[in-house]
Amino acid sequence: MWGGPTSTPPPTPPPTGTPDPLARPAQETAVTGPNRRFGRRTPSTAYAPVSSHQDQGLRPGGGPSPGDVSATGRYHRRMARPTQERSTALVPVSLPRPAEEPEPLPDPRRSDVDEWGRSEHMRELARRLYAPVYERWFRVEWEHMDRIPADGGALLVANHAAAVPSDAPAIMHGIETEMGRPVYGLADHFFKSVPVVGTLWARNGGVVAQPDNAYRLLREQRQLALVFPEGTKGPAKTYQERYRLRRFGRGGFVEIAMRAGVPVVPIAVVGAEESMPTVARVPAVAKALGLPYFPITANMLALGPLGALAYFPAKFKIRVLEPVTFDVPPDQDRYSRSRIMDASEEIRQSIQAALYDMLQQRRSVWFG
Amino acid sequence: MGRRVLVTGLGTFWGGRLAQALERDPDVEVVIGLDTEEPKVHLERTEYVRSDENYSILSRIVSATRVDTIVHTFLVVDSTQVSGRQLHETNVIGTMNLFAAASAAGSTVRNVVVKSSALVYGATPRDPRWFTETMSRKATPRTRIERSLLEVEGYVRDFAIDNPHVEVTLLRFCNVLGPRLSTPFSKALRLPAVPSVLGFDPGFQLVHEDDVVRSLLFAIGEGRSGIYNVAGDGLLPWSETARICGKPTIPLPFVATNLAAEPLRRLGVDIPPELLDLLRYGRGIDNRRLKEAGFTYRHTSAGAADAFIQAVRLRKTVGDRDSEYRYEEDVEQFFRHSPAVARDGDPA
Repeated sequence: MWGGPTSTPPPTPPPTGTPDPLARPAQETAVTGPNRRFGRRTPSTAYAPVSSHQDQGLRPGGGPSPGDVSATGRYHRRMARPTQERSTALVPVSLPRPAEEPEPLPDPRRSDVDEWGRSEHMRELARRLYAPVYERWFRVEWEHMDRIPADGGALLVANHAAAVPSDAPAIMHGIETEMGRPVYGLADHFFKSVPVVGTLWARNGGVVAQPDNAYRLLREQRQLALVFPEGTKGPAKTYQERYRLRRFGRGGFVEIAMRAGVPVVPIAVVGAEESMPTVARVPAVAKALGLPYFPITANMLALGPLGALAYFPAKFKIRVLEPVTFDVPPDQDRYSRSRIMDASEEIRQSIQAALYDMLQQRRSVWFG
Repeated sequence: MGRRVLVTGLGTFWGGRLAQALERDPDVEVVIGLDTEEPKVHLERTEYVRSDENYSILSRIVSATRVDTIVHTFLVVDSTQVSGRQLHETNVIGTMNLFAAASAAGSTVRNVVVKSSALVYGATPRDPRWFTETMSRKATPRTRIERSLLEVEGYVRDFAIDNPHVEVTLLRFCNVLGPRLSTPFSKALRLPAVPSVLGFDPGFQLVHEDDVVRSLLFAIGEGRSGIYNVAGDGLLPWSETARICGKPTIPLPFVATNLAAEPLRRLGVDIPPELLDLLRYGRGIDNRRLKEAGFTYRHTSAGAADAFIQAVRLRKTVGDRDSEYRYEEDVEQFFRHSPAVARDGDPA
């Protein structure tokens, strides 16, 4: 602990026979006397099998299924020889609950804001407001959405465009409505420091793009996370440079996916570039305001101040590419830099190729 | 032989509460409390020693009493109560003397527990959502309290490395709420309207005062060395914390926030600069390591806020019942040392 960041403190001795000491329910709730502090807690008998047997034994309809021999055997072994085994097996109510299972603490929450600041209520409202934009204005069309895993963590990686990026809401909205899975959008910490915007962003699934956050989302919570490896260099590029991908950072997204043991799902988006094209950048204003970039957009020229927020109705096409998995063990401290950079470049190339392919087939910016 | 425990900051809320809890433990043979002020809670057998704020007499006490455990609760984490100079004396010089005494030749100390604060992580937009114990802060400290706590933690680390035979436990606490504790944070939540920063609604993590005392007790003992975050489960938006407390929020402007807080400070509302940062960006600290060590919390973040506001409501009706105790040296000495007092199980 004190010497370096990797060492861990000596844990309390795990109860014998428990396969995973971290999976066992904590057991201090029942112990209240003054003696609990220095004495070792007595190891109580195997909790892990109890919980697993509960999963199987408490199936609606009662009793293990016919083919489930192992579960039945374990089940009978676990019971302390009750007088009527079969009737106990069929009446799950009488099963003794493990005494060590802690009571869930009272948690008088008043909102549904999760630990990342995302609120499903807020998201639902945002989806309802955004639906007309998604369906009528951008007329978003997806290809191969089925390539996005229906469960488990995955890192979605897309190209990034438009002065005020229009791709992130479209991708998040599409996946959430079609697949019913929340998507967390990883973005620059700059958002978090902007009043109002930062709060709305967080409530709608925005998370600071930070390796520890991404790891927790992907590995521990098995969620979908969307990231734009180009960062602000993507939306900052001008109209002349459209659909030409910028450097994919330092390949941090690959490293995180490796560490989290999740696939990277590359996504190519066509249409965002034209929804709010940047004509020129004004670095002086950006510097004065502390912004990553300050664009003069075609929308501003055409619509005046309203153009700062109004998109052109470009036709959106989103293509999901084959997920990329990495043949490396998760949870390593370090991964080969060359493998990371190679994989990152490969993913960049595949998105770039998909973009060129989609642009070849596009007849009109507005009608697809 | 039972434990011989020395508690610093006996006159503070935490020192008093901890000493009370230690007295109830039959394994603890001796409790010695050090402070510049007299204890504010009723204690049965704790020996109170008055010292100066930076504990220059500590090494004499350690060698005379042969304590094996030191619990350092006397770290100031609230910058509104003390001057910068006093803060430095108490936190930095006090800790330095404490460790000098504990590491002196022939020292009997085998266990040191230090109560630090999650303030050492800071609060910036670059922060991870959850700080684990091994992560370092993302920006240089701006306030004196953060600087002094970082210095203290440096001493703790040095001491732990230099004295591998001593079990050193450092606990970092998030914002504490509870029925009896009074901090700028809890005072802010007792105002008719709770200050916030316009446009920000950060996640707050809270811990109940009882869980704080229990975690300090838990940290005493073998096999607990290392750094642990102590915080309830859950990250509550500040607006929700206010809603649990049944208070509206009064937003301060997001530019020149510190300036705007000045009139409130004049009105007697304590708003330390650390709180302003927290009201913008919030902070989550990962409490899983302590749980894995075997500690169980009795309150979540929301539960702590709820317990706090229930106590506030009760106090509004029946008044404060805890403030009746006054330390009288003669009386305390009499009960502890007079041969006339019969003691259980103590062969006279």
